[in-house]
Amino acid sequence: MEPELLARKYDQVLEPLKKIGWPFWITVFLLGIPFLWSFFTFGWQYAHGLGVTGMGHPASWALYLVNFVFFIGISHAGALVSSVLRITHARWGTPFGRIAEAVTVFALAAGPTNILFDLGRSVRFYWVALHGQFKSPLLWDFTCIMTYLTVSTLFLYILMIPDIGLLRDSFPRRRWLYEFLSFGWKGSERQWQRLRKGIGILCVAVIPVAVSVHTVVSWVFGLQKQPMWHSTIFAPYFVTGAIFSGIATIIIVSIVMRRVYHLEGFLKPENFNNLGLLLLTFTLLWAYFTFVEHLVVGYGGGPEEHAVLWSKLSGRYAPLFWAMVVLCFVIPFPLLVFKRSVPGLFIASVAIVIGMWLERYTIIIPSLVEPRLPHARGAYAPTWVEWSMTAGLVSGFALAFVLFSKLFPVISIWEVEKEGEEGGG
Amino acid sequence: MTYRWGMVIDLDRCTGCQACVVACRQENNVSFAGEDQSGKGRAKFWMNLLVEIKGRTYPEAEMHFFPLPCMQCDNPPCTKVCPVEATYKNPEGIVAQIYPRCIGVRMCISNCPYTVRYFNWFPPSWPQAYEKGLNPDVYRRRKGITEKCNFCIQRIRRAKEGARKENRKLRDGELVPACGETCPSEAITFGDLNDPKSRVSRLAKSRRAFRLLESLGTEPKVYYLKEGDWDDGT
Repeated sequence: MEPELLARKYDQVLEPLKKIGWPFWITVFLLGIPFLWSFFTFGWQYAHGLGVTGMGHPASWALYLVNFVFFIGISHAGALVSSVLRITHARWGTPFGRIAEAVTVFALAAGPTNILFDLGRSVRFYWVALHGQFKSPLLWDFTCIMTYLTVSTLFLYILMIPDIGLLRDSFPRRRWLYEFLSFGWKGSERQWQRLRKGIGILCVAVIPVAVSVHTVVSWVFGLQKQPMWHSTIFAPYFVTGAIFSGIATIIIVSIVMRRVYHLEGFLKPENFNNLGLLLLTFTLLWAYFTFVEHLVVGYGGGPEEHAVLWSKLSGRYAPLFWAMVVLCFVIPFPLLVFKRSVPGLFIASVAIVIGMWLERYTIIIPSLVEPRLPHARGAYAPTWVEWSMTAGLVSGFALAFVLFSKLFPVISIWEVEKEGEEGGG
Repeated sequence: MTYRWGMVIDLDRCTGCQACVVACRQENNVSFAGEDQSGKGRAKFWMNLLVEIKGRTYPEAEMHFFPLPCMQCDNPPCTKVCPVEATYKNPEGIVAQIYPRCIGVRMCISNCPYTVRYFNWFPPSWPQAYEKGLNPDVYRRRKGITEKCNFCIQRIRRAKEGARKENRKLRDGELVPACGETCPSEAITFGDLNDPKSRVSRLAKSRRAFRLLESLGTEPKVYYLKEGDWDDGT
């Protein structure tokens, strides 16, 4: 189809790129404040030392690690889900593709940043590459995450090239940007062929890379001697939880975009229905893993494991633990079974994302504060520093989406168009 | 044969005076955390003294003491997780920290089952009067890095230099870390575990000897002699 006709047909998708009104500036302003504040906080922490956080002994890893695991988890759904849906030709997933891939890239930018915050000497972070020791699980993390970031950025970008070509022709004022990014896209048969080939390779490549990432993230804990971290199911448990929280994030972002940019014509209830079924599958998988993990420890664990387990089930972490169970299972399960409408999915997804953050918290902190030797047991409470950094990350993640949606269409025009042609005959 | 440094702590002799804690702090420039920071878990004790009180009133009340330095594991969990090899087991079996290399990841801290690794949450500080007395042989560390007991490695180095001048090996008992030197009840014995005749080797074979959390397979080189029947390990 001619670019002008295509642009007119998908006017609704391109609309957000055309006008920048006051709601945009208010959003940017509101998100920008916590985002910039976190830079100040980081400077404060850098100047004074990590003592300004609530960390100490034995809780020497805390909220930064929670955020690290949480954001890397979110990044999973993106590339993984969109590539699996592409390989299996699940057409209902096409309108979510772009959002899913962008979620991946932005979450992957936010996740490892936490390690930078957490380091005692942040400016020396590159020593991990310079003096890398492959015997350390942290280096496996570094390698896998960097690979995943590269692959998923390529994935997002390559799938966007035909759309950027369209943008270049439709937005003469931003030609300088789109011209460069379109990589000489003309839509010739040879280019299409290469694009399809590239997407095919990336679709397959991204799956093992994504699985490897959360596997090694789980091993940062699973390979340690801490009670209740040293568990063989940690890798699949983390991967499942990652995809679980990731799908929920995609749903939240999609619903917000749909509402704000009036994309009801593309993100239809039946698309959400299917995504809701996928989320339901992962709700059950997550509940299964959580049950198995805790039952095995409770039945066969030693006294050190039991100290951690009971602090989660009925001790000081019980409110957080049971809140997690409610948010990750009790609320979303009935909603996803009986009411996969857009508002129902929104409530379920918000509950899941908060619940999964709590899951990361109740995995990391209780084990640390109940070490093997009883004399070392302690407590942890985050200070304003950790909360500021967390707020900065969340707002940075949202801000990235706001800016992205003003520069690129959040729905893949060429893919929806292709499917329309194929579907319509 | 190289040395393999080990320590035996006789719990029956320990009176809980904490002289080892003070001497260690002095020798190794271990900084002061202060009451407020100690409450937040930032206190550093390269040598710590754990106290257990059983019963409330005399004569039922019992106190038990447990000095806790780094266990200097032969199979240390901390060294393998460091992504930049800032900690390693040296050829003489000491688990050492390379301060300039450390970037403060703290995975070694979380993987230490004995919780005897300490982090510099703030720049190290001492009371002003105390600063004049800091040990010039020991680096004072800086904020953002991990530190730990290293069996007074500076003393080992100096003693070996002295012995090398005389072209001989170190004699048993010639070398003691600060905690062992100061212990008034001589509860701490230090020496070469590779020398079967050394006092530390003999005591480590005592019927009273045990190691902390032995089941983890960390193979500590710090042995404890439990309270009870006397046995000189001969």
